Amino acid sequence: MSVQAIHNERIDSETGKLGMWIFLFTELFLFGGLFLVYAVFRAKYSADFHHAAEELNTFIGTLNTVFLLVSSMTVAMSITAIQKDEKNLALFLVGLTVLLAGLFMLNKYFEWSHKFEFKIYPGSEVLKNLPQGELLFFGLYYMMTGLHALHVLIGMILLLINIVKIKNGTVNSNHYLHLENSGLYWHLVDLIWIFLFPLLYLIT
Amino acid sequence: MNKEGSHISSYTSHAVVLIALLALTAISVAATEWHFGAFTVGVALLIASIKVATVIINFMHVKHESLFIKAMVSGVFALFAAVIVITFIDYYLR
Amino acid sequence: MNASENGSHVSFLDHKGKYKGILSWLLTTDHKKIALLYLYSIMVFFFVGVILGLLMRIELFKPGETIMDAQTYNGMFTIHGIIMIFIIVIPALPAIFGNFFLPIMIGAKDVAFPKLNLFSWYLFIIGAIFGVLSQFIGEGSPDTGWTFYVPYSAESSTNVIYALVAAFILGFSSILTGLNFIVTMHRMRAPGMGWFRMPLFPWSLYATGWIQVLATPIVGITLLMVIAERVLKIGFFDPALGGDPVLFQHLFWIYSHPAVYIMILPGMGIVTEIFPTFSQKPVFGYTAILFSSLAIAFVGYFVWGHHMFTAGISYGSRWFFSFLTFLVAVPSAIKVFNWISTMYGGSIDLKPPLLYAIFFIFLFMIGGFTGLTLGSVATDVQAHDTAFVVAHFHYIIFGGMGFAFFAGLHYWFPKMFGRMYNNTLAYAGSIVIFIGFNLLYFPQFIIGLQGMPRRYFDYLPQFQTGHQLSTIGGFILFIGLIIMVYNLVYHAKKGAPAPSNPWKGVTLEWQIPSPPSHENFEEIPQIKNHPYFFGESTGNK
Repeated sequence: MSVQAIHNERIDSETGKLGMWIFLFTELFLFGGLFLVYAVFRAKYSADFHHAAEELNTFIGTLNTVFLLVSSMTVAMSITAIQKDEKNLALFLVGLTVLLAGLFMLNKYFEWSHKFEFKIYPGSEVLKNLPQGELLFFGLYYMMTGLHALHVLIGMILLLINIVKIKNGTVNSNHYLHLENSGLYWHLVDLIWIFLFPLLYLIT
Repeated sequence: MNKEGSHISSYTSHAVVLIALLALTAISVAATEWHFGAFTVGVALLIASIKVATVIINFMHVKHESLFIKAMVSGVFALFAAVIVITFIDYYLR
Repeated sequence: MNASENGSHVSFLDHKGKYKGILSWLLTTDHKKIALLYLYSIMVFFFVGVILGLLMRIELFKPGETIMDAQTYNGMFTIHGIIMIFIIVIPALPAIFGNFFLPIMIGAKDVAFPKLNLFSWYLFIIGAIFGVLSQFIGEGSPDTGWTFYVPYSAESSTNVIYALVAAFILGFSSILTGLNFIVTMHRMRAPGMGWFRMPLFPWSLYATGWIQVLATPIVGITLLMVIAERVLKIGFFDPALGGDPVLFQHLFWIYSHPAVYIMILPGMGIVTEIFPTFSQKPVFGYTAILFSSLAIAFVGYFVWGHHMFTAGISYGSRWFFSFLTFLVAVPSAIKVFNWISTMYGGSIDLKPPLLYAIFFIFLFMIGGFTGLTLGSVATDVQAHDTAFVVAHFHYIIFGGMGFAFFAGLHYWFPKMFGRMYNNTLAYAGSIVIFIGFNLLYFPQFIIGLQGMPRRYFDYLPQFQTGHQLSTIGGFILFIGLIIMVYNLVYHAKKGAPAPSNPWKGVTLEWQIPSPPSHENFEEIPQIKNHPYFFGESTGNK
């Protein structure tokens, strides 16, 4: 095996997939710290949390949940498509995933700017005058959905890269680790939201 | 044609999974109307956990992965749960 | 399967790859070169940390202000801790010896993700730079201690954010290294090397990798929360806003306790390699050592509250954490028993690596026993936040991991550099270090129990003798370190050429030339025996 080959050869797909799974575990524990904080303060301030959650728009939250669930399906389907060498279908499905992600982000933008209008953000005077549990609820809301939104953005970028690679043939029916791993990452983004949604929006 | 040995899920199976997830979402939204008292968190988390498990097993393909990956995924969630429970030994008993 | 030592062998240091000169180092993906990049950067920062320690010891030679004021002293122990913990002790063993030897010991040509490996080093350097910047930019060096406890870390006007960012980036580097090693061991073991034929140093890296991967993210998010506290007044840890400062401590120690197992497990792995080689017999209790590593990693997840016994946690919590703390000591004791039993009846060759390994056992046990004093709630109330704790963790971390590091350096030096160091200087250095170390830290147990607080730059006159002995010990230790480093640095270039197997070891790294070639093996070995097979006559399976 030539010298160059060790470091330039494609990473074997089982190896790459294992690496991505382990990376997903790190993401789980990263968000986990915030879930722990949520759990502690929800237990301590359950009435305040209940009350503060009424400020959130359940319809938008549900809509966002639907967007992400559908996008999980479309990205999973895109892998089926690439495995079956259905290149155009794969491109369409990945594109659809990115579109749904974009709609999610658009909703998030509307939600947040609506709150900013009412001066509900960490450090604001309005928040300081709320009961402590409500202040903490909003702190958690911003930090958790903010960190999640950052991951949605990263996921979108990964998926866009896949569109380029499917187009130029780097990702194909024999070598689709990149799409598979991006899909796994995307599912994690969905998983986090599946927990965030009831904990933030459905405690009314 | 794909790499030898890797399982190809059908489009239909993915669609079925999505229907299930949407149904569970509807149930969890509807559940906010019902009163579970102290169990509200538990019910919400239970439904969310079923959704998460569904995504992991199906969309993330863990159903068709090696025993090691299945064990890893379960183990990691169990560890996380243990850390939360142990932290609450402090908060519940103060 | 000894590699030939004829002239056709090209050392990895002389390998002509895609890049030349400095770029052949800065853009390398060779795990051996990356290991050396870590070695050189860590040695530099180690000496910075040592100098900071010595400056503190000079300050503590007399009560009151000696060479610096209280604020400066607070900054000193903070950066000393940040450097030693995040830049030296957590990364060093995996990043240096793990990187160099893990692939070789499992018969692989490199790690699973070589480019990710280089990226880890860059993250390490960037994180370290943020740490350095925190000292010189803006409002002054952070004075919170490396533990960043709230509320002070949220209120202090110093450069806390730089230090938090440094720790975050360094943590990310650690995570990626752990991830790389886990996947490497799963996917790249040579044919015939089942899991239970893998040597014990790789096994220790496996256990360590899981801790790196699962614990570090929690401190990552916690540090971000402190930044949010400072910048956004988010309130999680601020009692005035309804938050709980003790929650920070929980989150912080949920990582930082398992982190100490990241520090020690590879060190234990290293000495587990040294004992069989210098006793010329197989390690005693391979399976017990293997499972004890996994047990330490697992149980070590559930003991973090022993750092918080006096913080106001519930009685039930204190009971729980104390019980598990005593439990986690058991697998460590099993290892000590196995190391001693490995030597028993062996053909002992007391070369410098073995001497360091024996010192390791002695110092680690003192650290371990004093850990039990701290692990029992009643006695901890007396000892918490005193110099006793400082002595305990220096015995465990410096006496444990540090001496294991020195042992590994002396064991693998011939393989890494292709040269032999001078044994007399090595013995001299090790003995001076050992004497200096004990004189530096043992008095701190005593004055600690007598009431000397930690992180105080001033103290009552009754503690002065203990402090003076300790300071003298520090300087003796420093001299020993200089001797040791001089010996190694000088002979890395000028030493006698090393054979492939100067110590008659039986693991795979000793079956290839010193230094190894770029690809490690001319052909991937087929593994037929268990890893500590010293030949038929020693009665191996």
